[in-house]
Amino acid sequence: MYAFELERPTTLADAIKALGGEEAQPLSGGQTLIPTLKQRLAMPSTLVSLTGIDELKGIKNEGGTLTIGGATCHADVAKDGSYPALSDLAGHIGDPHVRNRGTIGGSLANNDPSACYPAAALASGATIVTNNREIAADNYFTGLFETALDEGEIITAVKFPIPEKAAYVKFEQPASRFALVGVFVTKGANGVRVAVTGASEGGVFRWTEAEEALSSNFAPSALEGLSVPADGMIGDLHGTPEYRAHLVGVITKRAVMKAG
Amino acid sequence: MTNVTMTINGRSVSGTVEGRTLLSTFIRETAGATGTHVGCDTAQCGACTVHVNGASVKSCNMFAMEADGADVTTIEGMANADGSLGTIQQAFQDHHGLQCGFCTPGMVMTAAALLKENPTPTEGEVREYLSGNLCRCTGYHNIVKAIMAASGQDVSSIAAE
Ligand SMILES: Cc1cc2nc3c(=O)[nH]c(=O)nc-3n(C[C@H](O)[C@H](O)[C@H](O)COP(=O)(O)OP(=O)(O)OC[C@H]3O[C@@H](n4cnc5c(N)ncnc54)[C@H](O)[C@@H]3O)c2cc1C
Ligand code: FES
Ligand code: FES
Repeated sequence: MYAFELERPTTLADAIKALGGEEAQPLSGGQTLIPTLKQRLAMPSTLVSLTGIDELKGIKNEGGTLTIGGATCHADVAKDGSYPALSDLAGHIGDPHVRNRGTIGGSLANNDPSACYPAAALASGATIVTNNREIAADNYFTGLFETALDEGEIITAVKFPIPEKAAYVKFEQPASRFALVGVFVTKGANGVRVAVTGASEGGVFRWTEAEEALSSNFAPSALEGLSVPADGMIGDLHGTPEYRAHLVGVITKRAVMKAG
Repeated sequence: MTNVTMTINGRSVSGTVEGRTLLSTFIRETAGATGTHVGCDTAQCGACTVHVNGASVKSCNMFAMEADGADVTTIEGMANADGSLGTIQQAFQDHHGLQCGFCTPGMVMTAAALLKENPTPTEGEVREYLSGNLCRCTGYHNIVKAIMAASGQDVSSIAAE
C-alpha cells in the first residue's frame, strides 16, 4: 500500500469537507478498497472513513419504504428482515466476517459486475440518496464499475419500496461467493422487474423481455422459450458467455419460483 | 502518525500507527499477540479473524485506526482464566480439529462468533458459517465436529476421525 492519511469524521458535514481535498476517497467497510490498495491499484492521498458517522447507519421501515444508511453493514441488513428478500441477499454476501464490515453504500458505489446489491437496487426500483441528490436506480448503474456518482459525492442512504413479492437467487462462484449469475425479481407497485448481475460485460441489467412475460403470468412457465443472447455476456475461466446466458434463464425461473 | 488505544483481551494497548497500518499488524507487532495469523493478506482465508466489539472481522482487512477505542478479542483471549484451554479450543484438541494449526486461531474465533449467535447449530450451519475460513490440512470434517462438540451436541454420527 502507498501511504495515505486516514481521517475519521463523526459527522456527514465533516466527511464532505474532508472529501473536498485533492485525491481524497471515501472508505466504508474496506472489504473491496483495502485489497485494491494492497495491490497498489489506487493511490489516494486521504481516505475518509464513513464508519464512525452515526447518521449514515441504521435501517428504517416507514410506509412501505425501507431506508438503509449508506454505511450500514451487510450483517445488519441480514438481521433486519422487514424486506425478506433483501435480508436474504445480504445474509449470503461473502462470509460472516465480510458481512460485519462491508456496507451497502460501498457495494453500490463500487458496482462490481458480480456484486449482489446492484441487482436488488435495480429490481426494486430503489432510490440512491447522495449528499446532494436522489438518483433512481434505473439511472444510477452506468457500466462496469461505473455509476452516476460524481467525484466526492457519497451515498448517504438507499430507499427501497418493499414489493409484494420478491426473491434473489445467486448461482455462486464457489471460491469467491460472488454471483456467477444472480437474479433478483420483484412484483409490486412498479410491476414486475427482473435484474441480472454477474452475467453481462456491461454490469447489472434489466431483462425486459422476461419482465413482460411475467407481467401477464408470474410463474416460471411464462419464461419458457425466452433467452438472452450470449453476445456481451462475461466469458472467463468460470464460464463461457453461452453458459452465462443459459444460466440467466435458469436462475430467473428459480427466482420466480422462490418469490412464489 | 496517529496514536491509537484499544483493549486487546482485556489489556489496554496504545501505539502510534500510520493510516495504512492494518489491525493485524497492530495486534501482532504492537500488542505482541502473534496468535493471530496472517495467511493470505487478501481477505480470503480468515486465518486473521478476531472479534472487534463482539463482531468477527478479518483483521488483515481493517485499519488499526478503525479499531481505535474498540474492544478486541484474539485467540489469546480464548483460554480460561487459569490458562487451561477454553471449551472450543479443548474440543479442537479432542476431535483433532487441527493439523498444522495455521488456520486454527481464525477457526476458533469464527466458531466462538457462531456459537454466540446460534448456540446449537446444525452441521450445515457450521459449514456455512466457516465459508470465509480456509484450511489446507484437515479437510474440515474434524473442525466441524469439534465445533458441534463444543456446542454440547452429540457428534458420534459425524465423519470419522
Ligand atoms: C471474501 C469476500 C467475499 C465477497 N463476496 C461478495 C458477494 O458474494 N457479493 C457481493 O455483492 N459482494 C461481495 N464482496 C464485496 C463486499 O460486499 C464489499 O463489502 C463491498 O463490495 C464494498 O463495500 P465496502 O463497504 O467494503 O466498501 P469499501 O471497500 O470501503 O469501498 C468500495 C468503493 O466504494 C467507495 N465508497 C464506499 N462507500 C461509499 C459511499 N457511501 N459513497 C460513495 N462511495 C463509497 C470507496 O471509495 C471505494 O471506491 C466480497 C468481499 C470479500 C472480501
Ligand atoms: S490473512 Fe486475513 S483473510 Fe487471510
Ligand atoms: S490445520 Fe493446517 S491449515 Fe488448517
